[in-house]
Amino acid sequence: MAYTEEELKKELETKEYEYGFYTDIESDTFPKGLSEDIVIAISQKKQEPEWMTEWRLEAFRFWKEMEEPEWANVKYEKPNFQDISYYSAPNKKPKYNSLDEVDPELLDTFKRLGISLDEQKKLAGVAVDIVMDSVSVATTFKKTLAEKGIIFCSISEAIQDHPELVKKYIGTVVPQKDNFYAALNSAVFSDGSFCYIPKGVRCPMELSTYFRINQAGTGQFERTLVIADEGSYVSYLEGCTAPSRDENQLHAAVVELIALDDAEIKYSTVQNWYPGDKEGKGGVFNFVTKRGICEENAKISWTQVETGSAVTWKYPSCVLKGDNSIGEFYSIAVTNNYQQADTGTKMIHLGKNTKSTIISKGISAGQSQNSYRGLVQVNSRAENARNFSQCDSLLMGNRCGAHTFPYIETKNKSAQIEHEATTSKIGEDQIFYCNQRGIDTEKAIALIVNGFSKEVLNKLPMEFAVEAQKLLEISLEGSVG
Amino acid sequence: MLEIKNLHASVGDKKILNGINLQVNPGEVHAIMGPNGSGKSTLASVIAGKEEFEVKKGSIALEGEDLEELAPEERAHKGIFLSFQYPVEIPGVSVTNFMKTAINESRKARGLEDMPANQMLKLIREKSEMLEIDRKFLSRSLNEGFSGGEKKRNEIFQMAMMEPKLAILDETDSGLDIDALRIVANGVNKLRGGENAIIVITHYQRLLEYIVPDFVHVLHDGKIVKSGTKELALELEEKGYDWIKQETVV
Repeated sequence: MAYTEEELKKELETKEYEYGFYTDIESDTFPKGLSEDIVIAISQKKQEPEWMTEWRLEAFRFWKEMEEPEWANVKYEKPNFQDISYYSAPNKKPKYNSLDEVDPELLDTFKRLGISLDEQKKLAGVAVDIVMDSVSVATTFKKTLAEKGIIFCSISEAIQDHPELVKKYIGTVVPQKDNFYAALNSAVFSDGSFCYIPKGVRCPMELSTYFRINQAGTGQFERTLVIADEGSYVSYLEGCTAPSRDENQLHAAVVELIALDDAEIKYSTVQNWYPGDKEGKGGVFNFVTKRGICEENAKISWTQVETGSAVTWKYPSCVLKGDNSIGEFYSIAVTNNYQQADTGTKMIHLGKNTKSTIISKGISAGQSQNSYRGLVQVNSRAENARNFSQCDSLLMGNRCGAHTFPYIETKNKSAQIEHEATTSKIGEDQIFYCNQRGIDTEKAIALIVNGFSKEVLNKLPMEFAVEAQKLLEISLEGSVG
Repeated sequence: MLEIKNLHASVGDKKILNGINLQVNPGEVHAIMGPNGSGKSTLASVIAGKEEFEVKKGSIALEGEDLEELAPEERAHKGIFLSFQYPVEIPGVSVTNFMKTAINESRKARGLEDMPANQMLKLIREKSEMLEIDRKFLSRSLNEGFSGGEKKRNEIFQMAMMEPKLAILDETDSGLDIDALRIVANGVNKLRGGENAIIVITHYQRLLEYIVPDFVHVLHDGKIVKSGTKELALELEEKGYDWIKQETVV
């Protein structure tokens, strides 16, 4: 028969994590705990130059003095930072010349993730730098990129091969002591991606990285640095999936974007870390610091689809330093069962005629809590700054929550700031209407959610949009209520 | 086609339908009239399978198949279409996308492939022209910001697209001006004939001037208290419903 609120809720709760599997690959894992010795050991393991080791130690010292922030609208048991192993790398370390050399189990993992490398190679010019448990194991399309002078590699490689660039830019957007998690990341980051687009170059393909937590009890501390030199353009895709696990896993990434004069960076994320089970057990803690700086006429656009993690704390931000620079933030955040998300953005207007746009779509189901937190700040010399913010929340059932915390601070009278917010609920009437047209409940929810999220989905690169749409369907399968 | 026997239905403790008997044969148009609160819309919802209503007694069968165990979408797949009195809004989902999904889901249920895009396009063109629907209208979010008349016209457009065996039009005339009424009625009449059947639920006789029914039934207190031909509708228009109510008491 048809369905009631109660049945819907039940259906919602039976959704299992699709990528819940664990790959047994031999790893090289450090003992648990964090100290100066561990920081030094990580740095040595990666054969880093001394300046890098020092930089990490400096961050560690800041971190020791800092406290975990508590202002976010999330509740969780704080991780014991001494009970985490800070380094884990797949044992078969050498880079592979062909796929045949790769551990078959690893290949199988990729296949189950739907990102088989050979397919990727053939498909639509996407170069994939896969980070699996902290160390890059495969990089493709490097050659094509190299011809344009584009550097796309792991941050460890960049530290070895392009120390001048790393040294110049790392920590300039997110300083070591920016916040608790950023300091932790700066001290112990294991790997991540590095990208440099030379002056005037338009990157010919979408650069894509898949992150993945794979080792029980190891935190992931990714560090990403993207530099778009004057007049260049790059579109960067970051996608995450993680296998299921009982204990909480900590993920504290830092992403820094630098858009020099007239440059444009488009950074898209699909985040699907393990959200925990339907009782709220397990799941990833995702405490991420993402920030970009725009010089004159530059543009940074963040697009994110957040469906995973037990707890999300994430505010991709833009510092609009240069005159006429533009910052954009498009976000879809889905929470289900006991997930909690506190996410949004910061738009810091420093330059004249700077513009920012914020479109946030929050979808809450089950007993989850979904918060938008955004800051629009206009400094005194930022003449004619403009911002438009729109925050929409969609609720399913009556046990979840949607919250909006907009902060607006302006010190310049010429600023124009608009904020719109709506809250709606998927109703039984909407579902019945779809049912009556032959559309079953799951499909109906997918349709309604996709309609709600359309403005943001449209901002994603084509191939990513399809994946994101599927992810929304999976995350909310059978939900509403 | 449709056979309703001694149908009793309630919502919560409230009994709404109290023993409906109705037989609709292929090709027929039945009008169901009656005062407010007589159970007209409930009857439509119960046939469509809305869960809110509990069938206490009796049965509904479509082409000999009992519908009781079928979900609303399964009933839709069997060819039941309900034109809603109050169509809902689905922001961000275009009329076209919605229709595409609806048609393909029904095809899937019948073991058919998705309708090829060009065929779908042809169908949309044909039906939108028939109902004098502007192409731009089709790209708008479903019912969002539609006027009352646009919503109703959109319902009939969907009906035309889906070509149901049994269409139930719940107060389709409300909110329509006379021109729109004529267009909508024209669309309904095109569906008429052959194997299809239509149930028209209405307050007023007005719609029945355009969609001429074969039979008219009067619903009162959840029961069909009088049945007749189209002349009954005229009589009701003249005498009002009190006449029926009194007659029932007697």
